[in-house]
Order: sequence, then C-alpha cells, then structure tokens
Amino acid sequence: MSRLLEVKNLAVSFKTYGGEVQAVRGVNFHLNKGETLAIVGESGSGKSVTSQTIMRLIPMPPGRIKSGEMLFDGIDLAKKTDKEMEAIRGKDIGMIFQDPMTSLNPTMKVGAQIGEVVIKHSKVSKAEAKKRAVELLTLVGIPFPEQRVNQYPHEFSGGMRQRVVIAMALASNPKLLIADEPTTALDVTIQAQILELMKDIQKKTDTSIIFITHDLGVVANVADRVAVMYAGQIVEMGTVDEVFYDPKHPYTWGLLASMPSLDNEAEEELAAIPGTPPDLTNPPKGDAFAARNPYAMKIDFEQEPPMFKISDTHYAKTWLLHPDAPKVEPPASVQRRMRKVDNVYRTPVLVAKDGE
Amino acid sequence: MQQLPKIPKEMFETAGIDRAQAEKIEKPSLSFWQDVFIRFRKNKLAMFGVVLMVLLVFMAIFGPLMVKYDYATNDLLNANQAPSSEHWFGTDELGRDVFARTWEGARISLFIGLAAALIDLFIGVVWGSISGYRGGRTDETMMRVADILYGVPYLLLVIILMVMLGQGLGTMILAMTITGWINMARIVRGQVLQLKNQEYVMASQTLGATTKRILFKHLIPNATGPILVTMTLTIPSAIFTEAFLSYLGLGVPAPLASWGTMASEGLPALEYYPWRLFFPGLFICLTILAFNVIGDGLRDALDPKLRK
Amino acid sequence: MFKYIGKRLIYMFLSLWLIVTATFFLMRAVPGGPFTSEKQLPPEIQKNLNQYYGLDQPWYHQYFDYLTSILKWDFGPSFKYKGQTVNDLINGGFPVSFMLGMEAILIAIAIGVVLGVIAALKHNKWQDYTAMVIAVLGISVPSFIMAAVLQYVLAMKLQIFPVARWESWAHTVLPALALASTPMAFIARLTRSSMLEVLSNDYIRTAKAKGLSRGVITVKHAMRNAMLPVVSYMGPLVAGILTGSFVIEKIFGIPGLGSHFVLSISNRDYTTIMGVTVFYSILLLFCILLVDIAYGFIDPRIKLTGAKKGE
Repeated sequence: MSRLLEVKNLAVSFKTYGGEVQAVRGVNFHLNKGETLAIVGESGSGKSVTSQTIMRLIPMPPGRIKSGEMLFDGIDLAKKTDKEMEAIRGKDIGMIFQDPMTSLNPTMKVGAQIGEVVIKHSKVSKAEAKKRAVELLTLVGIPFPEQRVNQYPHEFSGGMRQRVVIAMALASNPKLLIADEPTTALDVTIQAQILELMKDIQKKTDTSIIFITHDLGVVANVADRVAVMYAGQIVEMGTVDEVFYDPKHPYTWGLLASMPSLDNEAEEELAAIPGTPPDLTNPPKGDAFAARNPYAMKIDFEQEPPMFKISDTHYAKTWLLHPDAPKVEPPASVQRRMRKVDNVYRTPVLVAKDGE
Repeated sequence: MQQLPKIPKEMFETAGIDRAQAEKIEKPSLSFWQDVFIRFRKNKLAMFGVVLMVLLVFMAIFGPLMVKYDYATNDLLNANQAPSSEHWFGTDELGRDVFARTWEGARISLFIGLAAALIDLFIGVVWGSISGYRGGRTDETMMRVADILYGVPYLLLVIILMVMLGQGLGTMILAMTITGWINMARIVRGQVLQLKNQEYVMASQTLGATTKRILFKHLIPNATGPILVTMTLTIPSAIFTEAFLSYLGLGVPAPLASWGTMASEGLPALEYYPWRLFFPGLFICLTILAFNVIGDGLRDALDPKLRK
Repeated sequence: MFKYIGKRLIYMFLSLWLIVTATFFLMRAVPGGPFTSEKQLPPEIQKNLNQYYGLDQPWYHQYFDYLTSILKWDFGPSFKYKGQTVNDLINGGFPVSFMLGMEAILIAIAIGVVLGVIAALKHNKWQDYTAMVIAVLGISVPSFIMAAVLQYVLAMKLQIFPVARWESWAHTVLPALALASTPMAFIARLTRSSMLEVLSNDYIRTAKAKGLSRGVITVKHAMRNAMLPVVSYMGPLVAGILTGSFVIEKIFGIPGLGSHFVLSISNRDYTTIMGVTVFYSILLLFCILLVDIAYGFIDPRIKLTGAKKGE
C-alpha cells in the first residue's frame, strides 16, 4: 500500500479584521493509492480549508500556510509557486465542489468547459478535446452525450450538472480526486446515484479520493478510512469499521448518536450536541471540544490532549485514553452499534507530536 | 514511543459541560444601523464627502452674508475684474461680485437638487410600494406605465417642457421630476417584493393590520437603505441637469444666479476672464462629487456581502 | 426570443408615440402662434402662412397630419430657415454628430473597460484606488466643464490642440474626450464591480482548480460574464452621448445636429425642435432596442428561455 498523499502538521490561518483565524491547527493524515478517505466535521471544522489548501486554492493573503508539508507523490505542494501548481491542478489532482448550480460557467458550453482541461494539460486539438468530452459525459452517465456536449449548464438539472463537474475533474485522469461535499446540495435520490457513480469510476480508474462531508451515512457508503475533524484539528481517524464500531472520541460519539436510525427506540430523543464550535480567532487552551463535552474532565480545560494510537490504523485525540482517566460509557445508541474490532492494542500508545 | 506526561490524578475528575462557554458569542452584537454606520465611517472617501457637503451647505447659508456685495447689484465700472481682496472671486461682465453670486447660486442649485430628490422620493415611494405590495394586475399595469414613461428620453422631454412652458424654477423642478421618480419607484417596488414575503409581514396581516399600516410600519422602514442611496444619488443628477439646461439657455431667469447660468455665462469669456467659469464650475464638480461619494459609501455600507 | 423582441418593440412604439404626442400638444400650448414674435404681418400674409403650415385646421386634423408625415419620414419645414426643411438640417448635421459620437463611444468603452478590469484584478491595491479616483472625477465633472477645462488648458494655454471647429482629426480629439469622460467613468465602475462579483463566483474557483492560467481565467471565464451588464449599459450610454453632444458641439463650434438643435431652441424654431426631438427619440429607442436584442444573443440564458433571470 503506497502513500499518494502525506499531510504533516499542516496549519493554515486567515488574517481578518477581527484577528487571526486559525482555521487548521496541526493536521496529520495520509492517503493510500486507490483508497477513499472521508473527512467529516461540522461547518467551520476546517475540512474545506484543508482540502483547498492541498490544491493551493486558498488566496494567500489573507490566507497563509503557517507550517507543515503536503507531500504529493513525494513533492511538497506547500512550497510550490502558483505557476507550478497550474500544472498539477486539473491534471494530477481534480476537485469537485459543493454547489453544482454555481460551479459551472453559465456562458460557456459544457463541452468547451470539459475540453479546456484536456487542451491545457495534453496539447490536443479542439476536435479531439471535444471527443474526449463526449467520452467523459458517457462515463458519468449522461444520456445523448453528442448533443448535450453543445449545451449550456442551465439546460442541465442539478444532478446532471454535478455529473458534468465530475467529468471535468476526471478529464485528465488525475491520481487524486478531492470531492468537497459533492452531494450536499442534491436530493437524496440523486445523492445515491452520484455516490454510486463515484464508486464505479474509482473501480474503473483506481483514482484515490478524499471525500469531504458532514453526513456519516455517506461516509459509511463510500469510505475506506475516516478522519473526524473538529475546530481545525483531526480528533479521530481510522478505518470505517473502527470509527463506526469502536469510536473513542466523545465528539465522534456525539456525531454517531445524532444520526437518526431505525435501531433507535421510538421514544428516545434524538441526541444533539449542544452549543456551537469555538471561535478560532481565540482557540481555547485545552481541548477545543471540552465546553460541549459531557465527558469533559478538568484536564480538558487546561491542556490540549495528545494523539493516542489504538491500533495500527486507529487514532484518537482525547484525554479519555490516558491510563489515569476514568472509564466512561459512550451514549446508549452508540453502544448499541459497537462491535468488536480486530487488532486493537492492549493499551493506547502515545503518539509523537509530528509523526504517526 | 513517547513518555506519558505527568498529570496529577485530580485532573481526571469530570467537569461537565460548561453551558455558558458552549454558547459563548465572542463578538459584541450590533444593531443593523450601528453596523452600517461603523462601515460607513471606515470609508475615508465617503467621510470626505460628508465633510465637503457640510462645508458647502454652510457656505450656501452663510456665504452671501460674508461679503458686503449683493448678488444682483451691477457695477459696470468694475466689470470683469480678476479675483482680489475686494472681490474674492472676481466680478462678472456686469460688475457683480462673483463670490456673492456663487453662494447665492449654491442656494438655488442645492434647493433644486433637494426638491427634485424629495419629490422623486414621494412619488416613487408611493408608486413603488403600492405596486409591489398589491402585486398581480395592479403591479403589472403600474409598472407598464412606468416602463413606457421611462422609455421617453429624459433630457429631450425636459427640454421640450422647458421650451414650451417657459423658464423658471418651478418649471425646471417639474421637468426633472416628471420621469425622475421612476427609478425610485423601481427600487422601492423591488424591496417591497422581497420583503412582503417575510414572516413578520404575514404575522402582522394575521393580527389584522391594514395595508397602510403594513406599508408604513414594516415595509418602507426596511427599504430605507436603498431609498436613502437613491435619494443621495438623485441630487447630483439634478444639479447636473440644471447646469446642462442652463447651458442651453433654459436656466433660471436673470438676475437670479444658479451655478448653471453662471457657468453658461462664463464660458464665452473663458479665455480672458476664466474665473467666471472656474468658480461655479468648481463648485458644481465638488457638490456632485460629494453627493456621489456619500451615496456610494452608503450603498457599500448597506451591502450585506461586505465586499472588502 | 421572439416574445422578448416583440415586447420590446411594442414598448418602443408606445414610448415614441407618447413623445410625439407630448411634443405636439406642448407646442400648441405656447401662447400666441409661432409668428407672434415676428414683426407684425399683414393679415392676408398671416392667413397664407397659416394655411401653408396647416395651422388653420382643427387640432385633431393637424395631429393626424403630423403623425402621418412622421411615418413618411418628413419632419416638415423649418420655421426660421425659410426654404430649408428639418430633414435638410438633419441630413447636414447628423453625419458630423455621428462621427463625434462614435469616437466618444469607442474611447469610453476602450478606456473604461481596461480601467475597470485592472481595478478589479488589483482589488484594494494602488491600481484600484487610482482607477476609481479617475472614475469618480469623471462622473463628478460634467462634460461641458470638462470641455471648458480641456479647451482652456490644452488648446488655449498649451496650444496642443485646436480650440474649435471641425476641420481635421486633431479637431475631433478634445470634443470626443470631453464627451467620453463621464460615460468612460461609468463604464469603468460598472466593469469593476461586475468583475469583482464574477471573480467571487464558484465557477472561477472551478476554473482555477482545473489548472487554467490566470490570463485564461480572466479573459475567457471572468470577462465573458462580467461584460454582460456593460452591454446593457450601452443603451443609456448612447442616450448620454447624444444629449451630451448638444453642449459639446456648441462649445467647440462643431456644425453637427446638436448645435442646430441648440440654436433652434434659442430661436424658438418650433418645427425644428419638434422634428429633431422626434428624430432623436427614434434614434435612441432604436439603439436601445438593438442593444437589448444583442444582449439576448450574447447571454445564452435568454437565447433559449426567452426571459432574463428574474423576469
């Protein structure tokens, strides 16, 4: 299993009138070739900023990479100039954004928009680019591609437009596809179709995918591994099985507990996580989740918890894994789902600050 | 493998959720207009415009009182004098003091601007809010009438009216407002259409409020922002139109002085007595500048998208 | 699409009809006939003149006659210049005004768009502020004052350009500049705010994510969308240039239709005033219609759905 992408200690801040907003505060993760990593979190957790920083799409004032590296096939993207990134964007890394209604240029034909990616990165003729556009439209399941390639975005429905966006992102056979909430703005039924499409394409082309979402149901459907983000940090990361069946962080418990499910008792209230995420111009000194955490301990308000390793692939950033911490029970609905997961360490291992 | 940090046992007691911390709002909350005011103040150009406007209004009121010369008194012996300590802005071809005439003219030009803006405001607000609120047929017909009237070339209509109805302050203001209200009406209608679907309007209706009450208490106050911007930008337009008409010989009759008539009389003398055009011209520009900049500043301050 | 054009056409004719009617009736509202300012004429001559100009007919007759003659493109005789018709004046003066107007439009668009795009690309930097200061000045200084300033500085004092008349290319520079200054400022501001709005749109981010270069994004993606409001502005632009020409031609002594019009106002030459007004109205409304149609072709959303967003 070779690593396509390694993000080490990434910190991104924004200079604003109100102060410096620390949107991403020390994020470490990796992506293996051919796998799908889901990044989950609320609005403001830093998941979009992280993915857009990988593509270097964040305008660099007011944004700024304070520290960290992003090794893509060994090359640090954080050090690249904008001009150098042009060769990578669209070619090695493709990106899909959230709102298909606004992601396409309304005054340009769909075929031309797909074609220009091909022309930019492979120097083919316009006619060949158009052919490729038709191929891609077929790949993403758009009927009558020869006619539709000459149409404008407003002639497509929301789901169709998102397929076009996917076609555009895949046009140059990128190694990595970043999908930033691609189904959030779509109806549930269309959502399912798009997810099936993406899994299908991944099987065909072996593209690695980073899938950003706030919907755990989607995660269960498409991901191999999951990273849970809160207030600019990754608080838990592991395989889908580990995070769903053996979650260790109270925030993850909260997320899982708030998912409506047919398993829940009829009279049981749907648990919501009270409160709102902290203001990142002035991040709290301890655990950022402490204020909303029913399991918080005194230490959570004083010191930031370190990252603990629970298995070769499972990590969680919580004081609850410290040997001196009390044993707590996750909420009932989470416990109901819990299952035994293999290869767990006997005791959690402390992880060094900048490594895994 | 790392060493576990040494932490005293008590630190691991549960502390529970801090509700206050959980919902803490970091920044103080501001009322809508406070927010607008702060944003407006930050705009240096707009504040410059306000200062300029205050100065101009001040001079319009007190300027003529500052010199012993009257705007209408002829003094042919001292005609066409360059600016001096006697006549700060010089004299015109009839020996009249340009300084006094400039500020007398300020009164007239500013009055015209304000009158036009207020009349446009009144007609426009009434027309636009009724049209927008009633919707349906009423709206369509009212807007069609406005559209057709809008299609008539404004300046041409004004010129025709001035020619046919004779020159004078009243005619000029009438001419300007005949089609000037349409812009205001459109803006108000747009706002009303947007706002009337808000829930507080429905709530008010359920409580039995009359149309008039809803319009005056809810819809119009909330449309104040764009109304204010449009009004502020009508004034420079009116001043421009007045000056333009005066250039064509359709301005206020002598010996009344508006900036437009002064500039128009000053133009033929440009090569030898430039001050006669310079001063009214300068103040026309400054006034238009001031109001434009204030209007822009207001528009930016009211824009929720905070484009910075 | 046809519905769109059809609706515009109907409105245009209604507006035109309104101004022709208003003009006609306003003229009749003038106390005394058109001849009262002249020296006292013997009654038989008066009667002949009235008959010649059709002034002895009942008003509805005159009105109908006037409408039909306009449809035949006959604006009638000039009251002041005996022997000349209004059509003569138009045919003589319009080509000159047209050339001046075209020059001004080209200058306004070329400089305005460039300033606006640069200002938007360098948002909040010195290029933005400079461009916007220039724009604010352009808007605040009325065209005739700009004309006076240009005339005074560049012609009278520095003698780089001729002061007046319409004899060579050099003669066209100052008047065209003066005429273009305010529209150019409007276009610059419009382009800038339109560009800024477009640049904040998601599809620009998509274009960047595709690896396209800044130049391609600016021209192919941003400008194509940002220019739409500027095209809509072309209607008011033509109107502004047209009315601006009245004063500019007077100041620079240019023998265009504008100065004839201004002269006819001072002379109270009613048929000429009416005729030129109607001519200008037709011209203006026609230009606006052309712009609306052009816009319909450029914005693909109208081409097919037949209505603007939000109509």
